[in-house]
Amino acid sequence: MTITIDKDQAFLTTIRSIAKDIAATYAAEVDRDARFPREAVDALREARALSALIPEELDGGGVSFEAIAQACYELGRRCSATAMVFAMHQIQVATIVRHVDDAPWFESYLTAVAREQRLIASVTSEIGTGGDMGRSIAAATPAEDGLLTLEKQAPTVSYGGHCDDLFTTVRRHPEADAGDQVIVLHHAHETNLEPAGTWDTIGMRGTCSPGFVVRATFRPEQVLAAPFSTVMNESVVPVSHILWSFVWLGIATEAFERGRAFVRAAGRRKPGEPVPAAHSLSRVMSELTMLRAEVHSALADFEAWSEEPGRERLGTMGSVLRFNNLKLAASEQAPRICTAVLEVIGIMAYKNDSPFGVGRQLRDALSARLMVANERIHSVDAGLLMIAKEV
Amino acid sequence: MEDLRTEVREVLRVHARIPNGIDMLDDNANLFEAGMSSHATVSVMLALEDAFDIEFPDSMLKRSVLESVMGISLAIGDLQAQAA
Repeated sequence: MTITIDKDQAFLTTIRSIAKDIAATYAAEVDRDARFPREAVDALREARALSALIPEELDGGGVSFEAIAQACYELGRRCSATAMVFAMHQIQVATIVRHVDDAPWFESYLTAVAREQRLIASVTSEIGTGGDMGRSIAAATPAEDGLLTLEKQAPTVSYGGHCDDLFTTVRRHPEADAGDQVIVLHHAHETNLEPAGTWDTIGMRGTCSPGFVVRATFRPEQVLAAPFSTVMNESVVPVSHILWSFVWLGIATEAFERGRAFVRAAGRRKPGEPVPAAHSLSRVMSELTMLRAEVHSALADFEAWSEEPGRERLGTMGSVLRFNNLKLAASEQAPRICTAVLEVIGIMAYKNDSPFGVGRQLRDALSARLMVANERIHSVDAGLLMIAKEV
Repeated sequence: MEDLRTEVREVLRVHARIPNGIDMLDDNANLFEAGMSSHATVSVMLALEDAFDIEFPDSMLKRSVLESVMGISLAIGDLQAQAA
């Protein structure tokens, strides 16, 4: 256990320095030009952070999931795009690690991720499914020589043009029902990404997430054996909601820290006099505390439930509600905090070229409620809360 | 058990909204793969609780229990045995 803690600490020290020295340096440019944060991602590769969560027996870093979540927070404070790219990659890694089930192809793939620091994008959403990740139109389709193909109309593929591999949900076979899905892990060189749209957004600009028509040819062993319905409940949804929330907590914390720097500067200018803005910022601090508490308690629940035999609890409707509630709370609270800081600081926060500006944080945080639309999550929860007993 | 399964099927017939109908499926067939949506699942659970006068505890509200006529019937059997 001590070894894990040391490893976690060393990993987080490295992440903090990448966040501060590299991600922060390019954050404004990445945002302005809506370009991929390549300097920070290269630094993460250099530090072997892309394989940090992979067990050591598969050549990874063997750090804890908690450390990965904390890394999302640290990066989120400096550059939301870097943080979100890192978080999404880790969602894919965590899912494969948790469901690899001794499959030789996937074990060897994880060692390749570690060796080559391969970046994995995901293609889970699809045009025509109404935003329901639990349904697919695209199907794994038999082709010549025992190979399979897929073609999927994806409304957004974050860093699709910058990844090494893609993690794509499809129906198990062409006759399968929409909910009978599997995950395919296919390499960029086996994939044709036909651009279908642009990515000129108000925030999270550096994630470079336009739509694509995704076409790939792959071998049967590249299909993860576990059904996506199981993988989704036990891993994809809780892990996504937790890691995203840590990114959003980082963004909100950065906005708060800018508010704090502002009131400290005001306090220094007139020592001994009350700073009205500090009083307002105190209210924001309590909002931030609630956000932090919810994000950390969800992580603790996930870790505890993951340890249970068969991960039984993660398969329940109560668990779906638990991690949906995290997503709803965090995605609404983070932009609220950024807006509140804007009001505390005033015009100096509204200006893009001010050291107290929170425009980027606010714009980035606004994406939170749209990444799996909150209205869709509420409609799922509305059904579940009628039958789940402990919410 | 036979009667119980028949009664479960009646609830599913009304609430599960399975495209090809419940009669085409055997007791172990996967209802989700046959097209039962998560929205329909909620209606099914509420109707089952009503029909059998039971409450499913959270530990039973999961896919592996709800995915077949057999799974649902075994769960209801357990709850009835506990209540008796």
